[in-house]
Amino acid sequence: MANMTIAKAITAGLRETMKNNPKSMLMGEDIGALGGVYRVTEGLQAEFGKTRVVDTPLAESGIIGTAIGLAFRGYRPICEIQFDGFVFPGFNQITTQLAKIHARSSGDLSAPVVIRIPYGGGIGSIEHHSESPEALFAHTAGLRIITPSNPHDAYWMIQQAVESNDPVIVFEPKRRYWLKGEVDTESPGQDAFSAKVVREGTDATIVAYGPLVPVALAAAQAAEDDGNSVEVIDLRSISPIDFDTITTSVRKTGHLIVTHEAPTFGGVGGEIAARISERAFFSLEAPVLRVGGFHMPYPVAKVEEHYLPDIDRLLEALDRSLAY
Amino acid sequence: MGAEHLPTSEFDIEELEQSMTSSDPADAPEMVQLLASDGTLREDVQYGPYAAHLDGEALRGLYRDMFLVRRFDQEAVALQRQGQLVMWPPLLGQEAAQIGSGTALQANDYVFPTYREHGVALTRGLELSALLKLFRGVSSGGWDPREKNFHLYTLVLAAQTLHAVGYAMGLQRDSEDGVSVAYFGDGASSEGDVHESMVFAASNQSPVVFFCQNNHWAISVPTEVQSRIPLSNRASGYGFPGIRVDGNDVVAVHAVMRWALEHARSGRGPVLIEAFTYRMSAHTTADDPTKYRLSAEEDAWKEKDPLKRLERYLRSSNTADDSFFEQVEVQGDELAAKVRAEVLAMTGPEMVQSFNNVYADPHPLVAEELAWHREYEAGFADADEAGENN
Repeated sequence: MANMTIAKAITAGLRETMKNNPKSMLMGEDIGALGGVYRVTEGLQAEFGKTRVVDTPLAESGIIGTAIGLAFRGYRPICEIQFDGFVFPGFNQITTQLAKIHARSSGDLSAPVVIRIPYGGGIGSIEHHSESPEALFAHTAGLRIITPSNPHDAYWMIQQAVESNDPVIVFEPKRRYWLKGEVDTESPGQDAFSAKVVREGTDATIVAYGPLVPVALAAAQAAEDDGNSVEVIDLRSISPIDFDTITTSVRKTGHLIVTHEAPTFGGVGGEIAARISERAFFSLEAPVLRVGGFHMPYPVAKVEEHYLPDIDRLLEALDRSLAY
Repeated sequence: MGAEHLPTSEFDIEELEQSMTSSDPADAPEMVQLLASDGTLREDVQYGPYAAHLDGEALRGLYRDMFLVRRFDQEAVALQRQGQLVMWPPLLGQEAAQIGSGTALQANDYVFPTYREHGVALTRGLELSALLKLFRGVSSGGWDPREKNFHLYTLVLAAQTLHAVGYAMGLQRDSEDGVSVAYFGDGASSEGDVHESMVFAASNQSPVVFFCQNNHWAISVPTEVQSRIPLSNRASGYGFPGIRVDGNDVVAVHAVMRWALEHARSGRGPVLIEAFTYRMSAHTTADDPTKYRLSAEEDAWKEKDPLKRLERYLRSSNTADDSFFEQVEVQGDELAAKVRAEVLAMTGPEMVQSFNNVYADPHPLVAEELAWHREYEAGFADADEAGENN
């Protein structure tokens, strides 16, 4: 067991991947000497050389597009996008090319490219540095999307993403980069593309992922102090979504709240609400509620605390749900 | 800038051309040409040697390839008109650009085409009917790209230019002497991905050749709206050579492509070739060129027909006679008949294949939806059976 931050757990996971898989390589802006704007790749260029840790020109479509070409030659590129809002110049390559090559080639080709995107708000930054665009990618078949919430998962999920034969986007909760925790380097525990019950309860279920998992756990603790037992599920995988784990929980609790930083409209929470309504309608004692961002561009830093779901908003939703 | 300084209409070509030539004629690159429109050979100190190996048999081969792919193209247009293909992008007029460049490639070179490289496909030894699967609606690909090192057609403009550069970066890392070739058109040259691909290629000195077929029309919009300077001039801005070649001269294209491939193969980095040619037919069978261009322009380009000029040379130099051309005609008809038969036999894949190919590894949502689909379909089968029993 080792104790480390999420950021350093990802660094350690990348190091393992680079050691174990000679075809894996890192690509991105400022990831070499600087070690990335969040220092996640710190030291890796010195260790593995400039042909495996590549400082690319400043061009997101170029990073993703050339990674696809490298993948056609058997490489396993791991691309870093500096911030969530900067992925859009590469959106075309991700959605029209990367996601579809396996289907278009009837399975003859695959492009196991990994794209790391630091995402989410709460760091007091300026526009395009705090967004949660995961639903835009989740809607595209052919991609896998995961998001770790703790150092152990961060260490293992990045390695599992590289091992996947499909393209994987890893959304990294940037405001949790400095969250410390235990990492069991001997065993991953479970598959990256599954959800995990991180707190057991009997009265209601909260599904959260990435940066909001600690918020959901804190809300559950506060609810317990009020006499309510809340189960918390760390979704971990946004595509595919592990509906079995959520369904099992809802059959037990009868109440479901889904929370994410992204706007609720058209978001992952809506998909979970709809599917759980189909799967467990007769177990539900209240409508599935969503606690997320508003239908607006991510607001300026001075008001972001009013935008981001927090313990109070989760407890308010819990009250509404339990009142049915 | 006042409105009076804008072109008076979107397609006021004369005004646009004037503005291009009035900038500085010295900037206009010379165009490499080895075989003139009248079928006579020209000397070229730099590129001539790269065509010196073309003996009579090789020249007849180039003619045969151009003829065959034109005949194939005609058949595909006919098949579309008869409702057998949903659409078709004809290559009429661009045979020399494609056959000339494709025949210069080695087996370990890898081609990233756009969606009109039927001639390049022929030079790679692809079964031409495979190209029609996409346009018949039975596949989004149609062939295994690795078999002939000929990638799938790409419909999103310029996306493949980045894949070509990434592939070239892989070749460098693998220390292989192959070259990656990105085909694209003058319209695609406006896309950002072309810019990014050239930046990446130059920055890495990757073994990639950018082969731009300037066929003068991006559907209905002329080249002048894409670029104020000759496209080949753009290469110098990235720091690698750019060559403008007469794209209707199969000998010159072949020579220039050989030079470019040698340049890239020897580790000296990328090259941009602008093959100056003309799309004599429509962009696709869904388009009507009479709405946007003058027949006088088409007539002028007919005089530069790539097949006619090589035929003139082959005849005047006694390299080929009537019997050769008659024999090629027969081969063309045989190819067309074979392609037609193969297309008519093409049926759609089972829907289950669409489910199976979304992901490389198992995916629970796809599995769930496939299971539902199977059950739904089985319901119809049961109903049919019940109906028959009645």
